[in-house]
Amino acid sequence: MNKNQPLLKATKIDKTFPGVVALDRVDFTLKAGEVHALLGENGAGKSTLIKCLTGAYHRDGGDILLNGETISPRDTLDAQGLGIGTVYQEVNLLGNLTVAENMMIGRQPQRWGMIQTGQMNWQTKEILSQYGLDIDVAQLLSTYSVAIQQIIAIARAIDLSGKVLILDEPTASLDAKEVQMLFGVIRKLKQKNIGIIFISHFLDQVFEISDTITVLRNGKLIESVATVNISSIDLVTMMLGYELGEETKSKEHDGVEREILVEFSNFGHKQSIEPFDLVVGKGEVVGFAGLLGSGRTETAETLFGVTPHDSGTATFKNKSVNLSSPRAAIANGFGFCPEDRKTDGIIADLTVRENIILALQAQRGWANPLPKSEQDEICKKYIKALDIRPTDAEKPIRLLSGGNQQKVILARWLATNPAFLILDEPTRGIDVGAHAEIIRLIENLCEDGMSLLVISSELDELVAYSHRIIVVRDHQHIAELVGSEITTNNIVEAIAADLNVDNGQYELKGVIS
Amino acid sequence: MNSLKRYAPQLTTLAIVLLLNYLVFPDFFKIEIANGKLYGTLIDVLNRGAPVALLCVGMTLVIATKGIDLSVGAVMAICGAVAASTVDSGGGVFMALSLALLAGLICGIWNGVLVSVLNIQPIIATLILMVAGRGIAQLITEGAILTFNDEGLIFVGSGSIFSIPMPILIWIAVGIIVTFIVRRTALGMLIESIGINQRASTFSGVNARVLLILVYAVSGLCAALAGTIAAADIRGADANNAGLWLELDAILAVVVGGTSLLGGRFTLIGSLIGAMIIQSINTGILLSGFPPEFNLIIKAAIIVIILVIQSPALQSKYIEYRDRRETGKTPVGKDAAS
Amino acid sequence: MFLKKVLASAAVIATVALSTTSALALTVGFSQIGSESGWRAAETTITLQQAKDRGIDLKFADAQQKQENQIKALRSFIAQGVDAIFVAPVVATGWDSVLKEVKEAGIPVILLDRTIDSSDDLYLTAVTSDFIFEGSVAGKWLVDAVDGKECSVVELQGTTGSAPAIERKEGFEQGLAGSKVSIIRSQTADFTRTKGKEVMESFLKAEGGGKNICALYAHNDDMAVGAIQAIKEAGLKPGSDILVVSIDAVPDIFKAMMAGEANATVELTPNMAGPAFDALDAFLKDGTLPPKWIQSESRLYTKDDDLQAIYDLKKDLGY
Repeated sequence: MNKNQPLLKATKIDKTFPGVVALDRVDFTLKAGEVHALLGENGAGKSTLIKCLTGAYHRDGGDILLNGETISPRDTLDAQGLGIGTVYQEVNLLGNLTVAENMMIGRQPQRWGMIQTGQMNWQTKEILSQYGLDIDVAQLLSTYSVAIQQIIAIARAIDLSGKVLILDEPTASLDAKEVQMLFGVIRKLKQKNIGIIFISHFLDQVFEISDTITVLRNGKLIESVATVNISSIDLVTMMLGYELGEETKSKEHDGVEREILVEFSNFGHKQSIEPFDLVVGKGEVVGFAGLLGSGRTETAETLFGVTPHDSGTATFKNKSVNLSSPRAAIANGFGFCPEDRKTDGIIADLTVRENIILALQAQRGWANPLPKSEQDEICKKYIKALDIRPTDAEKPIRLLSGGNQQKVILARWLATNPAFLILDEPTRGIDVGAHAEIIRLIENLCEDGMSLLVISSELDELVAYSHRIIVVRDHQHIAELVGSEITTNNIVEAIAADLNVDNGQYELKGVIS
Repeated sequence: MNSLKRYAPQLTTLAIVLLLNYLVFPDFFKIEIANGKLYGTLIDVLNRGAPVALLCVGMTLVIATKGIDLSVGAVMAICGAVAASTVDSGGGVFMALSLALLAGLICGIWNGVLVSVLNIQPIIATLILMVAGRGIAQLITEGAILTFNDEGLIFVGSGSIFSIPMPILIWIAVGIIVTFIVRRTALGMLIESIGINQRASTFSGVNARVLLILVYAVSGLCAALAGTIAAADIRGADANNAGLWLELDAILAVVVGGTSLLGGRFTLIGSLIGAMIIQSINTGILLSGFPPEFNLIIKAAIIVIILVIQSPALQSKYIEYRDRRETGKTPVGKDAAS
Repeated sequence: MFLKKVLASAAVIATVALSTTSALALTVGFSQIGSESGWRAAETTITLQQAKDRGIDLKFADAQQKQENQIKALRSFIAQGVDAIFVAPVVATGWDSVLKEVKEAGIPVILLDRTIDSSDDLYLTAVTSDFIFEGSVAGKWLVDAVDGKECSVVELQGTTGSAPAIERKEGFEQGLAGSKVSIIRSQTADFTRTKGKEVMESFLKAEGGGKNICALYAHNDDMAVGAIQAIKEAGLKPGSDILVVSIDAVPDIFKAMMAGEANATVELTPNMAGPAFDALDAFLKDGTLPPKWIQSESRLYTKDDDLQAIYDLKKDLGY
């Protein structure tokens, strides 16, 4: 093989879904023996690119060359045959089969139609020993840890494919030691000249293991760069789309002493967010910044009782409150616009009207229906105020565009007149016009005395409307910015600060108190 | 006019089945008054269809929440047995009805708790009572057909008011009352919202747990009424055979009536029309004079045709057509994956 | 090994013979299917009664509709060393090996109410009813009752494909042969009251409001009881406008007969044990081999019988 010829070269890949351009002429080059990290926030196009490479999607345009030859995998099986194997975060092997059966499934050594178990076990042992794994292969897969399963999945993928290995969030459920074990395997594979595409939210791991980093944003290639040539701040900047120095003007610290509305202390949930303290004043906007998977959505879900907190307490207007379920949270005047509109927000087949009044009606109870005239009035009011289109409230919400669906969900909460509203990515996936409207709305609501907690990847938006910003990383609240400290620079620096691994422990320098 | 259009597929199907009945039996639409009661084949359809019609009222609500209630046939047997043994031990018809309804309510709440509190899949949760229920009924009747002569209870099955047989009055009344309740309160919308997207509904504060128990309880109550009517009709509680396989007819009626087994939007009126379609087929087969070996094949063939006409493949074409007319552009597809 | 078994069984037979000649009380094991119907419950009651009357110690085992329970019961009867075993088999197949064990133990087996597919040297005899005969008794009664006149009959069949439904239909048609009585409509009502009523309603509508129907023949009394209600609700008099004849002789049909609403029923006797005990006695006394099939009595009951007395007798049997 020509050493200079790339192992896998994708050029000008296009992929469009109805209404959305998911990939826009994206180039991607993977060399043999290289670990290539693929980074980007939600909706950046990482998964779409991977799916195009593995045949799960069919690209609309562009070429994929494997060892210089054009390929068009029909499906993942076809891609596997061509040499491209994939291992997902959720190991998709069969827990109720033995390790050897998992390794050899579909190609068990046979004689006269009988599976040669002994030979199968021996072959499997042989394969796994190359990864430094000496385990009893006749045991059920499920008896081993996720990390071991992960390595078995990798071994299987390499054994089947052998050229390109795609690792999609392989470390998400591993502890620091297991991560190191996995990295050991990855380094071995590198020596065997296998090309590895590594997808992860954990930037420290990316810096540790990768040779090259490619960043996508909004379906476009932002940059492909050697890892040694990029700083963590530059990387975060690229991912979030902000140039350092190009400052959005932040709010002047108004110096107003706000009456405390809600106070959470030592609030947390074991698997999703480390205990934190948080105070939100009346009429205050608290912004949450952090990368995908950092714990920002988890914070919101814990506050709202979706994943009920298992530590800490909450007080609302100085009274201790129960936040064990969304219903309980709503009863205390909370509202929550979730990030994933489709699965957590809209009731697709119900009309716009029904979607708007849902939370208010649920609060009143089924036996106390909102009179139709009142429903119509509420709908009319919010359709006008939020400029929801089309204006016909009797249309099923599934027929609306993403931005208008988002406004309907906002209207649902505004109709309940909440005291404390949590917005998770309120401007995700909606057009520029709607963006501006929603930001204006947030400012108006806060002027009217509503308290808001807004999670967003759009840093300049956060900077524009937040009185305070909490930065989240690794399921911890790591920094708090107030007043003039609120700048995109400071946020990016906080996110990127000290991404150096030291025995799997992060050392935090107090960026800001 | 608008509502007629909404039920067009169901009403057309019903009309075709009735027309077929007319062809095999020309006197099909003849109605007279005999013994002070309406009398005729059409009345038989309405009368015999009462148990399935009642069952499918509850079943529709359960299915709207993405659930299913397989136990209704067995609950009918239990409640029929309770009613019969109540009058046999000296209780009056009101006592019998109350206890039967109470039994149905308990069965329904049992199902609801299994589904909503213990998160057991509805098909499994209700299978438990489907199997055990008949045994409970047999315990009450001690294995025999428990006959009774209480005029009050018999009236529920074969009496009439204003010449209209009681079972017809009961199912129509229940249909109207339940429709009224779910559509005049917010119940219907909240049930639909749970069926379409339980997670998002919970996020919006909908009390899915209580509502789920409620729909199974309603299903139990409907089964109790159906069981009482079935027992009153033959003046005896037959634990082995009362309501046998009727859960399947009820599910079929709901589906034929236009409510998807996937939950969400439901129509009680559609389900009731569905129940009448199924009963019309049954009655038509009996009138046709074909040998009984053909009964099931004929029924299956007609239902296959109905379901094909209403199948998602054909329906989605229709919805696509309708949506395009509504928005004037192609529908918004899936959001792009990241 | 084989020889040893033969010797062993010979010895057992010898001891059985000895024990009977010494006129000790007999012990009989009875494996009943379950209690799925009133008739079945009555059969159990009568078998227990018969045993008591004859001073026989009856060991009763309810199999709850499961063959494996019956096989277990049979093995435990062998272990207890009973003198004879009665079985009402839940299914027809799968009996060979356990019956061989019973045979090797030298215990005679009598089948009650149903037969099996095994070789007939594995059991002493079977006491069952003859469904064809029952049907023909009903048919002949109807031919006599209409006295040579024409008569259009509607028939309520049992569950389609079941042996009683097929054979009771066949027998009834045999009974009608050569007469002017003919079946004009025949439909299944699954042996249930509800269906009996529903199907009769459709018969009445289809046959000019019932004017064309001279008689109803139902494969069991339950369907007849349902149909009688349908006839009454159609404004006709069952028993006179439409003759009613059915099979089984359960208590409720006697009530209807006393009210003049039904005319005749052919008994499927729950007393299968009586003839079985008789055959067993004869066999144990002097080795008289009974025929391989003993037909139970299929008695016809009409208004000429003392209906009240029979009803009183039957109502406590568990029907």
